[in-house]
Amino acid sequence: MLKVRDIKIPGLAPISFELAAGECLGVSGESGCGKTRLLRALADMDEIEGSVCIDEVCKTDLSGAEWRKQVALLPAESQWWFDSVAPHFASETNLAALGFDDEVMHWQLSRCSSGEKQRLAVLRLLANRPKVLLLDEPTANLDPENTGKVEALIAEYLAGNRAVAIWVSHNRAQLERVASERYFDFSRAGMVKIKQGVSS
Amino acid sequence: MNPLISLSAYDLMLAALLVLALVGLVVRLKLGIAQQLVIAAIRTTVQLLLVGLVLKQVFESAQLPLIVLIMLVMLTVAAWEILSRQKRKIKAWWGFGISVISLFVSSFLITLIALFFIIGTEPWYTPQYAIPLLGMLLGNTMNGIALGMDRLIQTAWQQRAVIEQRLMLGQTALEAIREIRHESMRAGMIPIINAMAAAGIVSLPGMMTGQILSGTAPVEAVKYQILIMFMVTAGTGFGVIAVLHLISKRLFDKRDRLRFDQLLAERS
Repeated sequence: MLKVRDIKIPGLAPISFELAAGECLGVSGESGCGKTRLLRALADMDEIEGSVCIDEVCKTDLSGAEWRKQVALLPAESQWWFDSVAPHFASETNLAALGFDDEVMHWQLSRCSSGEKQRLAVLRLLANRPKVLLLDEPTANLDPENTGKVEALIAEYLAGNRAVAIWVSHNRAQLERVASERYFDFSRAGMVKIKQGVSS
Repeated sequence: MNPLISLSAYDLMLAALLVLALVGLVVRLKLGIAQQLVIAAIRTTVQLLLVGLVLKQVFESAQLPLIVLIMLVMLTVAAWEILSRQKRKIKAWWGFGISVISLFVSSFLITLIALFFIIGTEPWYTPQYAIPLLGMLLGNTMNGIALGMDRLIQTAWQQRAVIEQRLMLGQTALEAIREIRHESMRAGMIPIINAMAAAGIVSLPGMMTGQILSGTAPVEAVKYQILIMFMVTAGTGFGVIAVLHLISKRLFDKRDRLRFDQLLAERS
């Protein structure tokens, strides 16, 4: 469903891969090795050579904004620009899935913890119903219980919407839980290896 | 009407003593702007004396090419002035082009409209009207444009992570900087809105004061002042809109990516 061809990130060998509906690709590697740049390239946030297509629709067939509605990037640190939570959400979302009730919509963001913001950012991302999720350390600030809830919510979303995800994490144990069959590992030399059959 | 009391060089020197007294105090208190004060005071004296001499010649000959040349020089200097007031340095030619276009909209067109359709001078380029009008418009709209431009670029720079976050959520470039544009429009327009609100009660505008000093009936002076206020307001508004539009375009590329590298000069 997702076809990535020859993404040329400076300093790295061209990256190509495909994901079928429902799959999740795990990506790990040292800081600064290009994981975040790969996600930004896929979301068309940087000018990078290479083609990215969802089924028959490619990046260049849509405007930047239309593409990013479908290929949603969750940055490591979420940003908020209104005072309260509600105006950041364009549509209804399943708050209970991450342990919130309706009251959260009236919360002031200045009083939210980084973990609360991270969970809200995941919900905000899913509210757009994207086809491709690009998740950059989505549970870095969360306790084990909430980490489990996010992992379950993403898995349910992928299965229910025939979507795909690329999940960046330093935590290999997490990647083995969430990534379907394989994951990329960026090495120091900037090459990309594929490890097969890590799921148990 | 009393004839205008002419000022002698001695009168001006007395006024200069006041500035010198200020400089002395600033030096004593180590407030650090003495040099800029002195340079600016010398500049204003030399520049205004020169312009007085030039205007004398121009008013006597009233030749169109000469007048157009003077207007273009005024426009160019105003454009550089806008750029020099920016905290973040814009790529020189882009910044200059954007400033010139916005000043053209805010001042040139508005001055021409006033000359042709409102005041109706004969010929339209009568320098006693054309040059002071353009000068007043440039001087005032330049402030608004410089403020609006600085606010847009500064705020966008500080909030670049927020702008990118909004783009990542599928907003278009214009949606992602909507609030910043509102704020910048406000920053550009507030000075002239305040000036209109305070005119006549708190402050007597300079041009009107000048006309009254030189013997014009107050009501005539007031009518001109209202005309100028409206022209400056319209000019500033159109100018700020133009500059916000042009800067916003340059801030993003065709794929709605945030691209400060297209706008700002390299910084060391």
